[in-house]
Amino acid sequence: MESSGKRHLFDDARNVKRIIRLLFACCAVLLASDFVIHRHLSFGEGLLDSEGWYGFYPVYGFVACVLLVLAARQMRKFLMRGEDYYER
Amino acid sequence: MSGSLHPALILVAGALLLPLLRGRWRGAATVVLPLAGFLNLLGLEAGDELRLGLAGLELHVLRVDRLSLIFGYLFHLAALVGAVYALHLKDWLQPTTGLAYAGSAVGAVFAGDLVTLFLFWELLAVTAVFQIWARGTERALGAGMRYLLVHVTSGLLLLAAAALRHHETGSLAFGPMELDGLAAWLLLLAIGVKCAFPLLHTWLVDAYPEATPTGTVFLSAFTTKAAVYCLARGFAGAEVLIWIGAAMTLFPIFFAVIENDLRRVLGYSMINQIGFMVVGVGLGEGLGVNGAVAHAFNDVFFKGVLFMSMGAVLLRTGRMNGSDLGGLYKSMPWTAGFCIVGASSISAFPLFSGFVSKSMVMAEAAHQGHVVLWLMLLFASAGVFHHAGIKIPFFAFFSHDAGIRCREAPRNMLVAMGLGAAVCLFNGIWPGVLYGLLPYPVVFSDGTVYHPFEPSHVLHQLQLLFFSALAFAALKLTHLYPPELRSVNLEVDWLGRKLLPRGVRRLVDLTAPLRGGLSGAGRGLAAWTIDFLHPDHGPAAWAERTWLTSTSVLVVVGVLAAYLLYVYRTF
Repeated sequence: MESSGKRHLFDDARNVKRIIRLLFACCAVLLASDFVIHRHLSFGEGLLDSEGWYGFYPVYGFVACVLLVLAARQMRKFLMRGEDYYER
Repeated sequence: MSGSLHPALILVAGALLLPLLRGRWRGAATVVLPLAGFLNLLGLEAGDELRLGLAGLELHVLRVDRLSLIFGYLFHLAALVGAVYALHLKDWLQPTTGLAYAGSAVGAVFAGDLVTLFLFWELLAVTAVFQIWARGTERALGAGMRYLLVHVTSGLLLLAAAALRHHETGSLAFGPMELDGLAAWLLLLAIGVKCAFPLLHTWLVDAYPEATPTGTVFLSAFTTKAAVYCLARGFAGAEVLIWIGAAMTLFPIFFAVIENDLRRVLGYSMINQIGFMVVGVGLGEGLGVNGAVAHAFNDVFFKGVLFMSMGAVLLRTGRMNGSDLGGLYKSMPWTAGFCIVGASSISAFPLFSGFVSKSMVMAEAAHQGHVVLWLMLLFASAGVFHHAGIKIPFFAFFSHDAGIRCREAPRNMLVAMGLGAAVCLFNGIWPGVLYGLLPYPVVFSDGTVYHPFEPSHVLHQLQLLFFSALAFAALKLTHLYPPELRSVNLEVDWLGRKLLPRGVRRLVDLTAPLRGGLSGAGRGLAAWTIDFLHPDHGPAAWAERTWLTSTSVLVVVGVLAAYLLYVYRTF
């Protein structure tokens, strides 16, 4: 058993903020890399040209996750039941 | 066959010995047997085989080639890691059935004919169910029963397919098949049940969260991977699998986001990962099947590490709901660390195992020009990071501190998680070893060599993942992210578990007046019959009196005399 008084990494709200800032910084660097690195695309020409757009993967990842979560929230409205639903 | 035993023999026969051993000896045996099996397996090489005659059928009980070998290695390693993870157990039932379960999976992937496959298929079901029942709760008993029902049915479908095939072609051989007749479709359905195809998948998310902490680790390793093997063996290149697999990658991630039980979240993410494998098989021999096999191999370890870390949490805290957990990195830092390695691997971060195998399937999809499929898989890739990569470690180990202070996981569990995490990192950093074991050369269909660490591929994957994480952070900070709630979410098994019983009850209620009338009429008829018979047949009535033998003889003589008179009268 640990003493409950011990301070841990994320007990300090500043550390949480640091992590989030680090995430923002990584995202910014990755987005900027699109303009620097010569990109080799998955698809041949004419199949999915939008893959070559700057920011295609970042935007796709972000939008996909937001849509996923918003859709799942709506699913709760008609799928969610009490924890003991099948025991009742 | 180079002096080696049948690989299933060591595990299955060894399992039967375990109940005879006690304490540390049993623990040692559970670890030594998979190791011995693995050494035995190293003595086998592609082309080895064993055929047995049984009741007029020639059974191909052992077929060794590159496809069966890699699954053989995989199952032995999984059995070893699982055995270490379960070393603290005191009961004999779980280690015994667990080892026999691993042996059945090994037997299934080395089976060269459908009857041998059927025997191991059913053995898989009956050994696996004890991993669920051993939990001992009411829910576990129910879930185990449903699991058994589904898997025995899958076996029956397989048996029907075998009989039909034998009737049609005179052969029981299990090899590449065309989907051109009932037998092949029945076989695909039987495999599809075990593979958790959409609508046939509910047994997985029903049973895995109800099994014991160690049981789920075993369950996640064998059944579905044996099914993926069977797809790769029988149906490589079947286009229908591309779309079945794509559906499997997509629908579970929505359920995973709103699911509270973290082991059920992992169950959904498992279906999502199997989806990638099914797509790979559908894309056909070469990079597609290679990707499927490599991803099955990696999935056993990264999903194993995730289930192991959740099992450790369950063991130490007795809780598994996201709503009840949080802040456990303080008490279980090692478990949290291993969980993050598993989460990074399933999310396919570069240098973690998922990256080198999932990308093969994606790359082949793009190479064959499947734009819509590729966009679906990319969506699922972002989604899997969201629900398995972030949600699992975040809600268990970070998030708000639920105030739980417990001990770190038992040492054997930490060692097992460490082994699993080591495989994740090894395959992620040095994929060449895994690639060297795959059934086909790692090249595209036009012969160009596949390189996973191509710089723009690494960049694209990192962009996808980091912006998914950004979306999570944004949704969390704006409170749009759905909170973890104590709840169950309806699934298609609602039809069988609620609608059907409700329908039967409704039918019973609806027909109540009819049944009332019928039973009233029946009772009336019975009463009338009794009243009618009572005077002559009641107690002490003349017909029920006990007659003397002489009286009986007299009556018989009388009847005969009357009969004689009657006969003579007619002549």
